[in-house]
Amino acid sequence: MTQAFRIENGGLINRDKKLSFKFNGKTYLGYEGDTLASALLANGVHLVGRSFKYHRPRGFFGAGVDEPYAVVQLYRNGETEPNIKATEQELFEGLEAKSVNCWPSVNFDIGAINNFLKIFLPAGFYYKTFMWPKSFWYRIYEPFIRKAAGLGVASTKHDKERYEHKYEYCDLLIAGSGPSGLAGAYAAAKNGAKVILAEDKPRFGGSLLTSDVNIGNQSGKDWAEGIIAELKTMPNVVVKNRSQIFGYYDHNMLVMSEKVSDHLPSTKKYHPNKRLWYIRAKEVLISSGSIERPIVFGNNDTPGVMLSSAAKEYLKVYGVLVGRKPLVFTNNDSGYETAIEFKKHGVDPVVLDSRKNPESEIIDEAKNLGINVKNSYVVVAAQGYKKVKSADIASISEDKKQLGKIENIQCDCICVSGFWTPTIHLASQSGNKTKFKEEIDAFVPGQSKQNEITLGAANGVFSLEETLKTSFTAGSELSKKITENDNKVAIPNVVEKKSSQHDKFWCVPLPKGKNYKRFLDFQNDVAVSDVEIALREGYRSIEHVKRYTTLGMATDQGKTSNLNGLQLVSEIENKVVPAVGHTTFRPPYTPVSIGAIVGREVGKHSKPTRKSPMHSWHEKNNAVFVDAGVWLRPRYYKRGDENLFEGSKREAKNVRANVGVCDVTTLGKIDIKGPDAAELLNRVYTNAWLKLPVGKARYGVMLREDGIVMDDGTTTRISENHYHMTTTTAQAANVLSHLEYYLQLVWPELNVNVVSTTEQWAGAAIAGPKSRDLLQKLFPNSDVSNEGLPFMGYMEGDLFGAKARIYRISFSGELAYEVNVESDYGNFMWEKIMEVGEEFKIQPYGTEALSTLRIEMGHVAGSELDGRTIPFDNALEGLVSKKKDFIGKRSLQRSAFIAEDRQRIVGVVPLDKQTSIPEGSHLVKDDKAPLPNPKLGHISASCWSVEYDNPFSLAILKDGKNMIGQKLFAMSPLKNKVIPVEIVSSHYVDPKGERVRS
Amino acid sequence: MLYINCPHCGMRSQNEFSYGGDASVKRPELNKEVSDQEWDNFVYNRKSLRGKHLELWQHISGCRQWIKVERDTATHEIFRTFKADEEVA
Repeated sequence: MTQAFRIENGGLINRDKKLSFKFNGKTYLGYEGDTLASALLANGVHLVGRSFKYHRPRGFFGAGVDEPYAVVQLYRNGETEPNIKATEQELFEGLEAKSVNCWPSVNFDIGAINNFLKIFLPAGFYYKTFMWPKSFWYRIYEPFIRKAAGLGVASTKHDKERYEHKYEYCDLLIAGSGPSGLAGAYAAAKNGAKVILAEDKPRFGGSLLTSDVNIGNQSGKDWAEGIIAELKTMPNVVVKNRSQIFGYYDHNMLVMSEKVSDHLPSTKKYHPNKRLWYIRAKEVLISSGSIERPIVFGNNDTPGVMLSSAAKEYLKVYGVLVGRKPLVFTNNDSGYETAIEFKKHGVDPVVLDSRKNPESEIIDEAKNLGINVKNSYVVVAAQGYKKVKSADIASISEDKKQLGKIENIQCDCICVSGFWTPTIHLASQSGNKTKFKEEIDAFVPGQSKQNEITLGAANGVFSLEETLKTSFTAGSELSKKITENDNKVAIPNVVEKKSSQHDKFWCVPLPKGKNYKRFLDFQNDVAVSDVEIALREGYRSIEHVKRYTTLGMATDQGKTSNLNGLQLVSEIENKVVPAVGHTTFRPPYTPVSIGAIVGREVGKHSKPTRKSPMHSWHEKNNAVFVDAGVWLRPRYYKRGDENLFEGSKREAKNVRANVGVCDVTTLGKIDIKGPDAAELLNRVYTNAWLKLPVGKARYGVMLREDGIVMDDGTTTRISENHYHMTTTTAQAANVLSHLEYYLQLVWPELNVNVVSTTEQWAGAAIAGPKSRDLLQKLFPNSDVSNEGLPFMGYMEGDLFGAKARIYRISFSGELAYEVNVESDYGNFMWEKIMEVGEEFKIQPYGTEALSTLRIEMGHVAGSELDGRTIPFDNALEGLVSKKKDFIGKRSLQRSAFIAEDRQRIVGVVPLDKQTSIPEGSHLVKDDKAPLPNPKLGHISASCWSVEYDNPFSLAILKDGKNMIGQKLFAMSPLKNKVIPVEIVSSHYVDPKGERVRS
Repeated sequence: MLYINCPHCGMRSQNEFSYGGDASVKRPELNKEVSDQEWDNFVYNRKSLRGKHLELWQHISGCRQWIKVERDTATHEIFRTFKADEEVA
């Protein structure tokens, strides 16, 4: 069977290019320009999937974004993607797709047993059933539901495709390239406005591609092609097909997903798979058209039942007959247009019209062609399991309550038209409060909220003439406001057939004794009876009905089901539809690939990577790196096959014994200048700063206004009005903002300027008993003796020609210095230090050794300054001035902060001197106490003390001041450890601080 | 995403800014006696208004200036923006 349902001529496909593809393992042929759906239909394949709940056979219902059934798993170029609509997926050579939600196969699906159990699976079934027994939830119910739910399988592989983000600005953004969008774009473009015209389908033109109309002596399709061709030549216009505007956000920001490569067998080199456009538009024209809605009848989900507009599109765009014995079921004139197309291609349709005596040009044309039209007739139920075989039809009374005698007629498809629903999603997302338009039984946009206007069918206007007139005018007017040009565009003549009023009829009553499933929401298997149950059980708000029944909740978000659902609720509740209201339209309009949302920010691009100027040296010398915020820092320098523990221990020992060098470039550095610089520091830090002499550094702690420690670091007075502040690596950006806040908003009278110089200086910490000897050799002309450069002293020096700043400060607790040079000389400095340091047995040390050194000295860092501690907790109360005021001082008087048993930093040693205590362990009095075992404190940092060769930890402990000498337990349920410990002083090594001053 | 008129740089997207809270809060003067209530109001208590709200934003990825923005917290409409030292009438 090769494309048996393809008509000989016609359609917009390229018949010169045949494409081969696979569906459920079977090979088929289609043409370039096909969708997967049209190519399958050309081959007579109607069964594409199984329904969500009952696993009923499902076919194709639409021809585009509204499709509720034909959701497939796509395989392309070694990748797989779930939840692809076959009606949107363009065919390419080698395409492979599979049905979802069926096992073992779409033809024989074991889950279809649910169809016979359907009386046991009503609305709220899951909520009611899986409540008890409670213990069953994790073991039985949840795994079962998880397996049953979902439509496809996400790939577990890394996505090789690339996705891009683009930011764009325009005067006029137009969503949809139907008649309204084209007219608006053309008029605005002629006024010189910057226009972006977006079309979600591959072809421009919207309804003009399938409707039988003339615009200015051309067919609608040709007119559309002409306009698009001209727009493409204009430099101020961007036209984009395969591009869906899916969200309307604040301040006229709209987001569009452009499918760049989905229609190709593989993505071209340097091309993205998808491109996400963030568009800030001055004006927005929403010309998103409308979607046909179904009429509800028995078994209306049988494959072969589809929207009449879809049948017409398959015929006119793809040259595909969806059946050879079509039955058209309509309540308006649109069904006739489809019937006429069938008839023109030699197929005899039967039209059932629910109206009694409709009259219009279109109906006359149909009758003149000899089409069999039955008025006051409806489809009661479709017959056939995997495909429509016949239909039960009957006449219907004028009040639409009584059915006549049921007749059965043969047919192989049922094309349904229940009139049109304007696509108001974008307008609603913009904040526009929609209103109900009685004449069309649907909601349309109300008062504009942002700079948006909705025209054409999206606004409930189905006359082409009126649509073109309003859209040309709107395009001119909107652009005139922006460009101040006023180039008049002639509005072309329109020839279209006049339609008659549609019938306010949407649901066929059940015949006596029959219990057909009549589906409202096809993707989620929500039937009329489900909504009835929900209302009977007391659900009133439409939002609750939606969530209880899942009506409108699937990937198609109820594009075809919402209004019929509202009609049903309004009927049962005896309310008008606008009183029921509709559920909220939220972005995205249609599913957007997660990859497109993430864009390029994946893997190493998920955040910037900052490297010090000495990075390449570290790499060459076997550094093992660790993420420190966005910085990469050496954790340790691996020698041979030593591990982190052995390596860091060796490095830390060498600092204590000889001398080590550590890259401290990542520390935040802020240059502070101005006559009031000292005053600023005095207000920002807890200690006194007004009397710091030039050439001296001081350690300072800064608080937030709530009294919590924000950061610590040393600040050095470089000259009279010039200070160099350092911050921790993590808080660098926050501290700068903090200073700017106070200077700009709170104390603008202070004459101070602050600027970040983190990137301008490369820093090396030289630490250890031999560091002075090394420094003397690095700076032979400087006096770096204990008198010349005392503890917390500062001097400038000449490092073999490079200007250097030398600070005598220490984080390791050893005699230590920090040398800064301009970043460009960073590597030069490092190599010199290593070269000159060789005779002193210098070794570089990483962050792990750095931590070890500071922990056993009891120096606090980020794990103690964790946003929950005040100066007292960190034994820093000596740095809190009693004389002056500073940021956060008043908060330190809070009763909790001055409580007698306030938490405080302590040292912790395991009794066995062997077992390392996991960081985060809780300290408790009694390891056998019933849960929750009262927590006295927690381990903030752990190391292996190289001084004493046993584990040592710091902890923040309740009443820590009075706990020294106590025996407690460190418990880590995560690591399943209970360790008996002793509380000691946090200053484990050199408690008097003699080494730094030596 | 909001579109904020930085009084120094012009219209810029929200992702260049960082939010700084209620702009009407005045820090008590330094070295002055402050009651517990006054201090609590300054540090903790905020009104969480629905409607027009004067708030602080910092143009961190731009000019780094702190600015005041008059914004409706319900609709996100921005009425006016001010430099840090501009008086809000």
